[in-house]
Amino acid sequence: MIEARGLTKRYGDKIAVNDLSFTVRPGIVTGFLGPNGAGKSTTMRMLLGLDAPTAGTATIDGLSYVDIAAPLREVGAMLEARAIHTGRSARSHLLALAATTGIPTRRVEEVIDLVGLTDVARKRAGGFSLGMGQRLGIASALLGNPGTLILDEPVNGLDPEGILWIRNLLKSLAAEGRTIFVSSHLMSEMALTASHLIVIGRGRMIADVSVQELTAMSSRDQVRVRTPDSARLRELLARDGIVVTSHGDDVIEVSGSSSTDIGLIAARAGIPLIELTPQQASLEEAFMDITRDAVEFGTPQRPDAELATAGRSTT
Amino acid sequence: MSTTMQEARTTTTANAHLPQVTQARVIESEWIKLRSLRSTFWSFFAAAAFVIGLGLLFSLVREQNWNQMPPPEKLLFDPTQTSLRGTYLAELAIGVLGVLAVTGEYSTGMIRATLSAVPRRLPVLWGKLVVFGAAVFAVMGVSSLITFLAGQAIMGGTHHQASLSTPGALRAVTGAALFLTVICMLGIGLGFLLRSTAGAIATLFGLILVLPILVQALPSPWPEHITKFLPLAAGTVLMNTVKDPTMLAPWTAFGVFCLYAVAAIAAGAAMLKRRDA
Repeated sequence: MIEARGLTKRYGDKIAVNDLSFTVRPGIVTGFLGPNGAGKSTTMRMLLGLDAPTAGTATIDGLSYVDIAAPLREVGAMLEARAIHTGRSARSHLLALAATTGIPTRRVEEVIDLVGLTDVARKRAGGFSLGMGQRLGIASALLGNPGTLILDEPVNGLDPEGILWIRNLLKSLAAEGRTIFVSSHLMSEMALTASHLIVIGRGRMIADVSVQELTAMSSRDQVRVRTPDSARLRELLARDGIVVTSHGDDVIEVSGSSSTDIGLIAARAGIPLIELTPQQASLEEAFMDITRDAVEFGTPQRPDAELATAGRSTT
Repeated sequence: MSTTMQEARTTTTANAHLPQVTQARVIESEWIKLRSLRSTFWSFFAAAAFVIGLGLLFSLVREQNWNQMPPPEKLLFDPTQTSLRGTYLAELAIGVLGVLAVTGEYSTGMIRATLSAVPRRLPVLWGKLVVFGAAVFAVMGVSSLITFLAGQAIMGGTHHQASLSTPGALRAVTGAALFLTVICMLGIGLGFLLRSTAGAIATLFGLILVLPILVQALPSPWPEHITKFLPLAAGTVLMNTVKDPTMLAPWTAFGVFCLYAVAAIAAGAAMLKRRDA
């Protein structure tokens, strides 16, 4: 279990992470979402004691990361795929990390096989493709067979087969009761992998919800109506104060009303309906919606606040 | 796949009290890192080649010109120091080795993996000092001994050679290796302090090579007072068997040299502990 309480990181007068509090529970994959520069990586670095928070605390299974006696065996982390010396082979890299906690060579071979790097394990990591680097990052995270995994953008640079592999790996690891915390800026990917989502924007908490709840939160519920008499139906709906957001020759999209109401209105006026489809916003849209709201209606921000987060786009 | 993980996981849980991070394990980890970089090997190879190659070259030149040397010069001639001259070039390779041991991790991002594994951080610094210190002392100790013995054999042709039983000779051979060991540690300290390869190398060689030139520009008697306390002058007194009255006593001088390394390491340790990685 990962717990953040009032986590804040300030660089000079720029706030990268602003008073974040959340809990990541074991047994499920928790997605950590936000646009680029939202503060995801900074938050993860604070969880791992690499960056010191300006305020607040972060604990893993009740302990601050620095106080964990055998960190690799408790927490596996992949902050960026390229946390490896380019002149060293994947195998030597893993052996060096493993040695700090007395992890046997056998386990090193095991994770190399697990991530599918067996053939290139003795080659210099500098020549690795992005996908191979990602797999090596995963291998180092799994090295100590930890109960908690913290992965920053693990699917970046992977081919479709690799993405599918990660997705299944994370789900199976979660099913074993581990705590899995995975960041991404791609909602569509998280929708397939995670069951809980923590969404941040500009360093602030936007939503801490299950995937279903997030879809429901979207304001974009619309009904798509196809009728040969769209002009008349628009008039009728407008009379009731219902907004028609778009229309084609015979298709209109209506928001702020249910398909039942629209159907009844049309029936009373004798307008034939060819199609009447409630359209739930996709998760992608829901995500865009809530992150845009955060940007537009956030707390009174200094004008430079957006720059502040954008400036650390790698965070 | 999940079966593998499941099995492995069960084993882990069964051994609740698994090995923790200890200084000895961090030293082992740093030793694996040292062995697994080709650049490290080449730095050692270059340093050893400089010490032995230049030592033999200087010995040979001295031997061949011995008869043309003016008598007062012959009186002050130090055959031990002559055979150890290559140390001055080896310091470049060893200094860069020490700096890169640290800045190589910062520039590649490796440092974040290292510090995630050892979140208390300072054991990494101690580990690097121990491993690189021991390796430099061993390799350069052997190289110095080889160049000393071979150099003296060459100069034996005109019977002005030294031997290990010559007063100060053993100290000089050991001193050459000690000098390079501390240079490497100074590089490690500066690496943690500055994190950038260019910055740390510039500072290291600024201290060793440029500072003496700047001091020479001061009006008399400042240079005489200051020079003996500068890193290069203080660090190399051990390598002389003929006493130089303008310098500090050998071990005092070496102690002063060590203080530079201690200061850099202390500053590096403070930065490592405090700054975000």
